[in-house]
Amino acid sequence: MGGSGSRLSKELLAEYQDLTFLTKQEIILGAPDAHRRATSQPPPGLGAPLAPAAHRRFCELLPQEHRSMEESLQIRVSLEQILSLPELKANPFKERICKVFSTSPARDSLSFEDFLDLLSVFSDTATPDIKSHYAFRIFDFDDDGTLNREDLSQLVNCLTGQGEDTRLSASEMKQLIDNILEESDIDRDGTINLSEFQHVISRSPDFASSFKIVL
Amino acid sequence: MSESSASAHPPGRPGRQPFTHPENLSLDSSCFSSPPVNVLQELPSYRSIARKRTTIPTREKQSGTLLKPTDSYSSQLEGGIAENLNSQSIRKYALNISEKRRLRNIQQTQMKYLSEWDQWKRYSSKSWQRFIGKAREMTTHLELWRKDIRGIEGKFGTGIQSYFSFLRFLVLLNLVIFLIIFMLVLLPVLLTKYNITNSTFVLIPSKDTDVQCTVYPLSSSGLIYFYSYIIDLLSGTGFLEETCLFYGHYTIDGVKFQNFTYDLPLAYLLSTIAYLALSLLWIVKRSVEGFKINLIRSEEHFQSYCNKIFAGWDFCITSRSMADLKHGSLRYELRADLEEERIRQKIAERTSEETIRIYSLRLFLNCIVLAVLAACFYAIYRATIFSQEHMKKEIDKMVFGENLLILYLPSIVITLANFITPMIFAKIIHYEDYSPGFEVRLTILRCVFMRLATICVLVFTLGSKITSCGDYSCELCGYNQKLYPCWETQVGQEMYKLMIFDLIIILAVTLFVDFPRKILVTYCSSWKLIQCWGQQEFAIPDNVLGIVYGQTICWIGAFFSPLLPAIATLKFIIIFYVKEHPLLESLWAIHQLQHHLGGGPQDSEHLSQLPAVPGPRRHVGSLCSAFLHDHLPRYVLFHRPRGSTQAGGRPAPRAAVPGKEEQVHRVMAGDLDPGHLIESGTFPRECCCPARRHFPKVCFQARPSPASFIHGLIQSCSMSVDHPLLLTLCWEMVVIKGDRTAQ
Repeated sequence: MGGSGSRLSKELLAEYQDLTFLTKQEIILGAPDAHRRATSQPPPGLGAPLAPAAHRRFCELLPQEHRSMEESLQIRVSLEQILSLPELKANPFKERICKVFSTSPARDSLSFEDFLDLLSVFSDTATPDIKSHYAFRIFDFDDDGTLNREDLSQLVNCLTGQGEDTRLSASEMKQLIDNILEESDIDRDGTINLSEFQHVISRSPDFASSFKIVL
Repeated sequence: MSESSASAHPPGRPGRQPFTHPENLSLDSSCFSSPPVNVLQELPSYRSIARKRTTIPTREKQSGTLLKPTDSYSSQLEGGIAENLNSQSIRKYALNISEKRRLRNIQQTQMKYLSEWDQWKRYSSKSWQRFIGKAREMTTHLELWRKDIRGIEGKFGTGIQSYFSFLRFLVLLNLVIFLIIFMLVLLPVLLTKYNITNSTFVLIPSKDTDVQCTVYPLSSSGLIYFYSYIIDLLSGTGFLEETCLFYGHYTIDGVKFQNFTYDLPLAYLLSTIAYLALSLLWIVKRSVEGFKINLIRSEEHFQSYCNKIFAGWDFCITSRSMADLKHGSLRYELRADLEEERIRQKIAERTSEETIRIYSLRLFLNCIVLAVLAACFYAIYRATIFSQEHMKKEIDKMVFGENLLILYLPSIVITLANFITPMIFAKIIHYEDYSPGFEVRLTILRCVFMRLATICVLVFTLGSKITSCGDYSCELCGYNQKLYPCWETQVGQEMYKLMIFDLIIILAVTLFVDFPRKILVTYCSSWKLIQCWGQQEFAIPDNVLGIVYGQTICWIGAFFSPLLPAIATLKFIIIFYVKEHPLLESLWAIHQLQHHLGGGPQDSEHLSQLPAVPGPRRHVGSLCSAFLHDHLPRYVLFHRPRGSTQAGGRPAPRAAVPGKEEQVHRVMAGDLDPGHLIESGTFPRECCCPARRHFPKVCFQARPSPASFIHGLIQSCSMSVDHPLLLTLCWEMVVIKGDRTAQ
């Protein structure tokens, strides 16, 4: 793990603070326990510079030779490596999350700034608007801008588990999706668009507390 | 027509219109100020009509607007946004960082063209936001146990985390209560006692009739066995009785400093009122959030499915096993909800004779419930009476264990009752054939009522013992002066015992039941029996009820035992660390399904093969945990503190100790200073806070009529039964109308 090389400059830090919802802490003060657990390294000595937590976690995914300051900001990490992060490993939506936040043309890799974006949207202080916007994009499996029945059934399957025997039966699924559309589809067109989705989410009390990732 | 939403679509897609999304409904104050207008304007149908009328996309307010420009029209929209930007709003855009950076650069170049005043305004608002952000970061550092609770949230989700943050809140509340008591009551006494300041005690000589009622002879036994110290520690008698732990210690009337006299009895009373008011206000403030969200939810009670699907997955979960459990519980909840819908339809189609049958069955079962409650109350009543009578006997003659058993008998009976009755209620409710959601609520209602009513019965029994005089009349002092020379201290002792016993039980259950169970399950999992027993689950509602019960004891007992809040603080700190201990981590698997079927995770697959039963069997633990897991983050737990109705009693004359009569007469005649008598040891110590003297007419009258006493107690009982948990449950039941089913 790079020592002085992994410290972000102050201007960059301030810029990131302005553009995302992350606090300086989340970027600056490391989470030593998480770090240690992830890499099973001894805790840093007193003289070690405090590396930014998000930056540190990102650098852990890079091969050793690319962990310098400049490279870490430019390089892109493949999807498989991001999916190996402990916070995402157990998440059924992990592929969708990575796809949504990826800015590469092929949507298969994340840069450090994409990673920061991801953390920002999932942080405590992000507004419900932004969370619901990104939630909509994550749940939209076919990327067509609306949640239709296939999207919803894929969503339910993600929630109930990945195995064959954990899915709901066809009749149950139909009953469930009918109920969901009845509750949220205001213009009765059989799909949920972004504003309907955000309308429903604004009345959902659990959303803000469940849609976050603690690094 | 469905609108093109602001989602990412590949650049190759044709035919998508540029789309500006208006300000959305969110849970901030703007929403509450004029909801109807905003809702109507934001309804998709309205906007699709509006769009059909005009071809130009409507330009709404830009601040808070969410956009996702694709490559084709990004520049057009950026130009639009760039008009009224300020730095706070940049983060709210759903763009990636490079695009946000571009916007910021645009904004910064724009700033050059602004006037000096605007530039300064922007700069100052930006630095003000930064300052606020920094200050907020600083205050979060001061939070107690912040790292621990975040770790718990990350590992186990927000349900369990809310339990721990409630525990932390109670620690802080009790600490503040103790500080109030310390500053107002203890500090002047201690300062004078240890001669730190130049002050003296003030003792007002009592009136004629007062003296005999305030005499408080301390029991002293000849031989003191070593274990009597342990007994004293556990039951508050003996050496603990004389300390400042109990009401009886505060006998002085004032503390005279250089310039003024500090009226101690008044301070004692006012500190009680102060900390009760503070508790009320703090809890109300804390639960306002929950009320707000409940108010919103009450309008839209039909959104249970959407809430479960869209907000169902807790993104904080990181461990594989927790994720599997969450999958299982979601699956189970969804199936249960769909099942309940089918049941509700079936209920609507019930014939009238079936209805009559069900109602008569329910009546019968409710009578059984009442009978069970009455039996428990009677058991507690008898146990308290027995314990009080036998406590007065010679302690030396008893064996150690027997003595402790008698002292703790009421607490033991209460704990047993609180343990057994939920199981009985769970069995009974199955036959009553309610919808599952209502079943959960009713069971919780009964359990909460049980918990609180037991304390009331205890206090009532004590009260009746104290005011029943047997052979001679109680006219002199208003209560049984012979048996209870200082009844306030004795009530305080009972509360102290309850609290200590509560702590012991929690520790014992955790160490001796959960821990071996966990070890057995982990290491001997090959045995079928152990597998069937399954893992212990962290039943949130049971634990929450436990700590609420502990806090209720603290509030009731704090008047009689001023140091009780400090003990409660320590108790909750111990409970926090014990429950949080990593060894017990894996116990906290929220798995209603396991509990439901009484088996391991492998049984969940059988659910799909079960025939359609009228209502799935549920265990109260799983029901409660399901229900409260659903509602706990917004749970209202505000306790209207039970005020002490017996603030003082009218002292009445008491026959002085023979041989000292002359001295007593001299004191009453005003010749002799009572303080002298006390210090010289010729006169037994006066009992109890002279607060009594200030408010002699409260509660105990010259002839205490049982009716007025009972009336007062019933009033206070009904206040404490009107517990906030019940308040919330009633609110929910009324407002949500049973459509919301438990998860």
